[in-house]
Amino acid sequence: MIVIRCPYCCELRIEEELTYGGEAEIERPAETASDEQWTDYLFMRTNPKGLSRELWCCTAGCGQWFKVARHTVTHEVVEILRYDEEFNTTTVGA
Amino acid sequence: MRYSIASLVREAWRNNVGWRPAWREPGLKAGYDVVIIGGGGHGLATAYYLAKNHGITNVAVIEKGWIGGGNTGRNTTVVRSDYLFPESAALYDLALRLYETASEDLNFNIMLSQRGYMTLIHNHHQLESARHKVNWMACNGVDGEIIDRDEVRRMVPLLNMSEGTRNPVLGAFLQRRGGTIRHDAVAWGYARAASDLGVDIVQNCEVLGLEKTNNRITSIVTSKGSVSCGTVGMAVAGHSSVIAQMAGFRLPVTSHCLQAMVSEPIRAIHHHMVLSPATGVYINQTQKGELVMGSVLDLYTSYGQRGTFCTIEKTITSVVEMFPVFAQLRLMRHWAGIVDVVPDSSPILGPTPVDNLHINCGWGTGGFKAIPSGGTILAHSLAIGSPHPLGQKFGLDRFRSNRLVDEGAASGIAH
Repeated sequence: MIVIRCPYCCELRIEEELTYGGEAEIERPAETASDEQWTDYLFMRTNPKGLSRELWCCTAGCGQWFKVARHTVTHEVVEILRYDEEFNTTTVGA
Repeated sequence: MRYSIASLVREAWRNNVGWRPAWREPGLKAGYDVVIIGGGGHGLATAYYLAKNHGITNVAVIEKGWIGGGNTGRNTTVVRSDYLFPESAALYDLALRLYETASEDLNFNIMLSQRGYMTLIHNHHQLESARHKVNWMACNGVDGEIIDRDEVRRMVPLLNMSEGTRNPVLGAFLQRRGGTIRHDAVAWGYARAASDLGVDIVQNCEVLGLEKTNNRITSIVTSKGSVSCGTVGMAVAGHSSVIAQMAGFRLPVTSHCLQAMVSEPIRAIHHHMVLSPATGVYINQTQKGELVMGSVLDLYTSYGQRGTFCTIEKTITSVVEMFPVFAQLRLMRHWAGIVDVVPDSSPILGPTPVDNLHINCGWGTGGFKAIPSGGTILAHSLAIGSPHPLGQKFGLDRFRSNRLVDEGAASGIAH
């Protein structure tokens, strides 16, 4: 079971109380983006086996979105950050 | 050896000393015309249809674990073809029709039991959706019907349909040709039949890297050495993104953990496959007597082939709500597989950005039921070099052209 302490309200929450928000750092391309860039942005995912940088929401608590670096095989949570902080961990394939 | 009643009698007479391994275990050769990455149902079926339909037998199937140890051995064995769009119906019903003749075709009893697949209807919205789906299925030439509350009660007498139950039952969608299969037998049957036609099946052989020249894969680096290849097929389900990354592109796939569990075996008391869209739970009884139960997938990305207590609890509480009598049973086993989920809940079949690499992935939570057609289509793609007619609408290019086949929304499949 994944257990994460929300970096905003500092409450300890289990996965049932949180919402997974997918890969972090997906940037919306500019209006001038090509169809390929747009397809990449909308659909293509790195989906790493190993460390993954992702978004979670404290749904049952304060409702804030925050960032987590998590291992997708062991589910070990390596890093928990506020939304405006930068990751220190690197991921596979990134 | 051909399996038959005569071979059974002969071996019983000889004290069963004559049985041989079902498939050969060759070493990895230096090169093959076709290398298929992934020795699950789809990879093995691809190898079989390559040999049978296209006469290509210089083929290797390489599997990092053991045959039948991945998702082919980790599902709930359900087969059905109740999809809405014509292209999906053609794909999934081809699979069901091939399963109907697979035992004879493969000379291996896959124990297909067409006991009926039932989706309960809990409210008027679901009733309207089911009517819509049944009409579409009729247009697609696939069987399906709506049964009323009394018929549900007759077919599933243990289901809680009492007054005041949380999820009332108005009726059900029923596909009588749906049912279950002995899942290991599908892997073993295809492996044996492919091996008999000359395909090399190499287990414990993990892909470590791909060597490319001019946008073609020239050789595959594995834990058992390098192997050169003419064309490459990949059918690795939840690990598709990992192989794609080695090949230098990304896929619209996220990997999730899907788990299921069985109870201790009991006498036959639950005769059909039943799914409740209210709880997400599906439940059937195996021919050994165990109740097989599954429900929702874990919504976060996972490559961990093991379950979580949150999901076990959700599944069991829902099962007991639907079938109060099952509360007396004990759980015996619990397992999880890694499924490849795509935004439109439809598979990705055919060519990739790499010239000689063809793909079969994205079946999500429903890969087992599609094994025969997934194999047929990938074999065609590998042999001919262009997509199979039934696979054309399921190409990776549909995300670029924005022609998604959104079965998740259309036929209301769970995920």
